[in-house]
Amino acid sequence: MSRSVIPAAVARQPWRVILPLVVLVCFGTTVLYSAAGGSMTPFAQSHLLRFAIFLVMAFGISRAPSDFVRLVAYPAYAVVLLLLVLVEALGAIGGGSQRWLNLGPIVLQPSELMKPVIVLVLAQFYSTLPTGMIGSWRAVVPAGVLIALPMGLVLLQPDLGTALAIAFGGVVIMFLAGLPLRWFLAGGAAAAVAAPLAFFFALKDYQRQRVFTFLDPESDPLGTGYHITQSKIAIGSGGFAGKGFGNGSQSHLNYLPEPHTDFVFATMAEEWGMLGGLLVLAIFGLVLHWGWNVARTSRDRFAQLLAAGMTATIFFYAAINLMMVMGLAPVVGIPLPFMSHGGSSMLTNMICIGTLMMVDRWNRTPGARRLG
Amino acid sequence: MGRRFTQHVTMARLQDTFDRRAVVIGSAQAGLGVLLAVRMGYISVAENSKYQMEAESNRVNLTLIPPRRGWILDRNGAPLASNKADFRVDIIPDRMKDPQATVDRLGELLALPEVAIRDLKDRLEQSHGFQPIEVASGLDWDRFAAVSVRLPDMPGVIPQRGFTRFYPTGQSVGHLIGYVGAASAEEYEKDPSPILITPGYKVGKDGIEKTFEQTLRGIPGARRVEVTASGRIVRDLETREDTQGQALQLTIDGPLQDYAARRLGLESGSVVVIDCATGDLLCMASMPSFDPNSFSDGIGRVEWKMLSSDDHVPLRNKVLKGLYPPGSTVKPMVAMAFLEAGLDPEESTVCTGGLRVGNRVFHCWNRRGHGQVNMAKGIYQSCDVYFYHFAQKLGMDVIAPMAHRLGMGQEFDLPVLSQFYGTVPDPAWKLKKYGREWQSYDTVNATIGQGFMLANPLQLAVMASRLATGKKLMPRLVLDKTPPTPESMNFHGDHVQFIQNAMNEVVNGAGTAGRGRLPFEDIKMAGKTGTAQVVSLNVSHGKGGPWKYRDHGLFIFFAPFDKPRYAGAVVIEHGGGSGAAYPIARDVMTFMFDPKLGLEKLHALEQEWGGTAQQRLARKYASFAEEAGLETPKPAPTEAVIAERVEEADVAAARARPDTDAAVAPPPETDSPPANASPASGVVTPAPADAGAQ
Repeated sequence: MSRSVIPAAVARQPWRVILPLVVLVCFGTTVLYSAAGGSMTPFAQSHLLRFAIFLVMAFGISRAPSDFVRLVAYPAYAVVLLLLVLVEALGAIGGGSQRWLNLGPIVLQPSELMKPVIVLVLAQFYSTLPTGMIGSWRAVVPAGVLIALPMGLVLLQPDLGTALAIAFGGVVIMFLAGLPLRWFLAGGAAAAVAAPLAFFFALKDYQRQRVFTFLDPESDPLGTGYHITQSKIAIGSGGFAGKGFGNGSQSHLNYLPEPHTDFVFATMAEEWGMLGGLLVLAIFGLVLHWGWNVARTSRDRFAQLLAAGMTATIFFYAAINLMMVMGLAPVVGIPLPFMSHGGSSMLTNMICIGTLMMVDRWNRTPGARRLG
Repeated sequence: MGRRFTQHVTMARLQDTFDRRAVVIGSAQAGLGVLLAVRMGYISVAENSKYQMEAESNRVNLTLIPPRRGWILDRNGAPLASNKADFRVDIIPDRMKDPQATVDRLGELLALPEVAIRDLKDRLEQSHGFQPIEVASGLDWDRFAAVSVRLPDMPGVIPQRGFTRFYPTGQSVGHLIGYVGAASAEEYEKDPSPILITPGYKVGKDGIEKTFEQTLRGIPGARRVEVTASGRIVRDLETREDTQGQALQLTIDGPLQDYAARRLGLESGSVVVIDCATGDLLCMASMPSFDPNSFSDGIGRVEWKMLSSDDHVPLRNKVLKGLYPPGSTVKPMVAMAFLEAGLDPEESTVCTGGLRVGNRVFHCWNRRGHGQVNMAKGIYQSCDVYFYHFAQKLGMDVIAPMAHRLGMGQEFDLPVLSQFYGTVPDPAWKLKKYGREWQSYDTVNATIGQGFMLANPLQLAVMASRLATGKKLMPRLVLDKTPPTPESMNFHGDHVQFIQNAMNEVVNGAGTAGRGRLPFEDIKMAGKTGTAQVVSLNVSHGKGGPWKYRDHGLFIFFAPFDKPRYAGAVVIEHGGGSGAAYPIARDVMTFMFDPKLGLEKLHALEQEWGGTAQQRLARKYASFAEEAGLETPKPAPTEAVIAERVEEADVAAARARPDTDAAVAPPPETDSPPANASPASGVVTPAPADAGAQ
C-alpha cells in the first residue's frame, strides 16, 4: 500500500535505523533544552541542526560505490594522519597541547576522524590480504603499524580516550578478520602485564588520579571523585520515573559537571529516571543490532569488516560513556553518541552510520559482487 | 592448531570465523547492555533514597540566622544595649582561595583604611580557618552591593544583612555592660554549637554581656536556600525566624550612668550610686573606658595601643576591681563602731596635731591641731587624733566587725565577672598573712583607712548607704518585680541620726567638703572626704608631683542627709586629694534632683575639657592612628591576652599596697586636702567655702 505512495528511493532507505536515531536525537535535544535551563540555545538547536546536516552527509556517504571507497581508504588514512601530525606541530609551535584545527567556520578534530578511518583502512587491508597469510606475521605487523601511528599521535595530545577508541576499532577488525585466537590471548596476557607498567610509567598524573578515583570515588568527593559522585547522585536521585522534565537539580544547579556533553546521560536520567535510561539503552541496542545485521549480511569481506568495525566504534563510544557516568569506568572524556552536544562526536558517529547505510545499500543492490 | 589454520585457510573458513566471532562480540555487547541496564536499575531504584538525599543535601543549604540579642535596659526601660540593623561583610578563611588578595580587594571595595586591612590580616593569621572574621559592619548599601555583586569571584566572602550590637551611651557603659565579639576558638571548643561559627554571631565578652550570655543569646533562625554548586543562592525555600534573646532590665539609671561617666572628665576614677530604699545600683561609672561599639569587630592595633599605653588603665572596671585605701571615709564607720560599743559621742579628747603611740608620734592631718574634739567634730573636721585616741581605747575588735557589717571586705552577690573585695585587717588576719603580731600602730592606721585596709568603690558606696539608712542594703544589679525589703542593721538609739548629722556637717557645716553643697535650699547632701596616700611622703608630696604618686581622692555621700534616698561613693585615682572627688559627687547628686541644672554644669566643664568623652576619645584615637598606627605595627592581641594583661595589672595594683605598707612603718597621715591643694589636680578651682572648711 505504502509502496505505491512513497517513492522507491525513499522507501529504500534503512528506516529501521533512521527512525530510532531520530527518536534518540530528539530525546537528546529535549535533554539539552532542559540542561540549558529551558532554552533551545545554546545546545538544543545546534544539536538538531548538526544532526540534520550530518544525516544528509550520511545519505551522501551511503551513495558511494564500493570500488571508490576501497580506492580512497589508504589516501584518506594518509590525509587524516597528516592532519594529526599537523595538529601536533601546531601545538608545539603554539606552546601547548592542542586537539583542534581551526578551519574557518569549522573546528576540526582529526583524532575523531581517525576512528572511522582506521576501521576503513584495516577493512581494506584485510580484504586485500591473501587468505593464506591470515595466520602469519604479515597479517599483524602492517595492521599494527596502521593502528600504532595514529594512536601514538593521539596519545601525544594527550587523549587517552580517543587513543583507546582507535585501538578498540582496530583490534575488533583484527579479531573479526580471523587472526588466530591465541594471538589475542597472548596479547591479552601481555596487556595484563603491561597495564601496571603503563599505569606507573606512561600515564600522566591526572590520568592515574582518575583511575584511583574510579576505584574509590568517595575518597575524594570534592576533587577528582566529584564527577563520578555527582553523576551517580544525578542518576540515582532520578528514581524510576525521574524528577520530571526541567526539574533536575543536579544539572540545573551545576553540581553535575558537563551536563550537556560527557554527562548528558546523567542529566537525562535525573529528569526521566530509569525509564528514560532504558529507552536510551534500547535504542542503542536497536542501532547496534542493525549494524551487526548489516555486517552479517554483507556480501564481501571488505563490507563485512567495515560494517562490523563501524558498529564496534559506535558501541565503544556508548559503552564507555555509559559505564563512566554509572561509575563503572574511570572518567575519560568520551561523549555519548547522538545525545551529547558536540560537533566532532556527532560527525564521527554519523560517518559510522552513513558507512553502515552504504554497506546496507550495497547488500541490497542486485548484481553486486559475491564473496571472494 | 595454528599449523592447521595456516594450512587450510579458505575464504569460507574465514567467513565462518567471522560469523562465530561476530556472535561472540555481539553477545558481549548485548551482555554489557544488560549489565548497564541492571546497573541503571540498581542506582536509580534500589539506591534511590540514598541518592535522593544526597541530591537534596547538594541542593539545599541550611544557613543559621544569628538571633538578635536581647536588649539590656536601664531601670526605666531605656536601652543600654540594643541592636542596629545593618549590612555587614564577613569572611571564612577556610573557604577562600587567596585570603590575602581577597582581603586587599575587599579593602578596595569597602574603602577600608589601611590600618583596618592590616588588622584584618593579623586576625586572618590568628584565626582558625572555620571561624568567620568580621570585615566590616554598618555598611551603606552601595558598598555592600559592591561586594555582593562580585561574590562569584570571591568565595568565602559573606555579605549579609544583620544586626550589630549598639550601645547608645558608648564608653559610659563599657565596663558595666561589657562588649560582644565573635566567639573565640576556646569558646567554640567549650560549646561547639554551629551558631558560634555563624558569620555575624557575637557572644558576650565582658561585663553583663558575658554573665547573662545565655539569657541574651536567643534562638537562632534558619534559612533553607537552594544553592548552586558554586554557592550562589537561587531562591529561598523556607525561613524560620530567629527568636530574640530575652531583654534584661538592670537597676542602672541610664542617664545617671552616662552623666557620672562624663562628669569624671579627664580623671581616672569611678562613681557608684545606690538607691537607699532597695539597694539598687543606679550607677557604676568607671572612667576612662573603652567604647564597646568599636570592640565588636575585634580590637584593632591602634585601639589596643591607645588603651594599653594609657596609665589610667581604661580596660579596668575600677568600681569592682579598683582597690584603694579608703582613707578617712572609714571614719563614720569607725564612729558607728564606737557608738555601738557604748562610747558617748560627747566624750572628747584634745588634738594638738599628733598623738604618741608607743614610741612614735602619729600626726593629725592638721599639724596645728584641732583643739577639743568630740565625735561629731572628729568626723566633720576629720580629726585623726580623735580616732587614734579612742581606737586605742576600744581596740580593733570593735572596728573590724563593724567594717564587715557595713560591707567592707565583702564580696557581693552580683552578676559580675569578678570583684576584688579588699581587706579589713584584724589581728588574726595579720598573723595568718604575715606571721606577725598586731601592733597598736596597726589599729591607728586602720582607723584612718590606711595601712592594710583596702576597699573598692562599690564597698564604700554600700558602707555609705548602710550608715545612712541603718538598713542592711544589698546592692543589686538586675531589676526584678519585687523590690527587696532590706532588714535593719539594728543600730541602737539615734546612732544613725547622729552619723547623718555629723556627715551633713562635713558638707554643709564647718566640715572638710564645703564645696560639696548642693545648689538646693531643701536638699542637703551628707558625706565624708578621704585622701589616700599612695607613696610615702619622702617619695613625693601627695598633692602634686608625678601623676602616679599623687594621693587618691575619695568621697562617700548620701542625700538628702535626713531622709536618704541615694548614697554613693566617688573615687578619683591620684586626684591629689578628696577635693577631686566630692565636687563630682555634688554634681551627680545635683543631676539626680535637677537633671537640667546638672547638665548645665557638665556642659560648661566639657567645654573646658575639649568636648564630650566620646569626642575626646575619637580625637585621641585619630591622633594615635596618625602617629603610631601604621609605623609601629603591633599585632592586635586576642581577648584572652587582653583579659590576662588587665588581670595582671589588677593583681599588681591589689598586691602592691599591702606589701609595701606593711613592710614600711606606717607614715604620718594627711587627710582631706587643704583647699589650696586642689589646683594641683588642675581640674577644679577652689571655691571660697573651702577655706572655711579648714
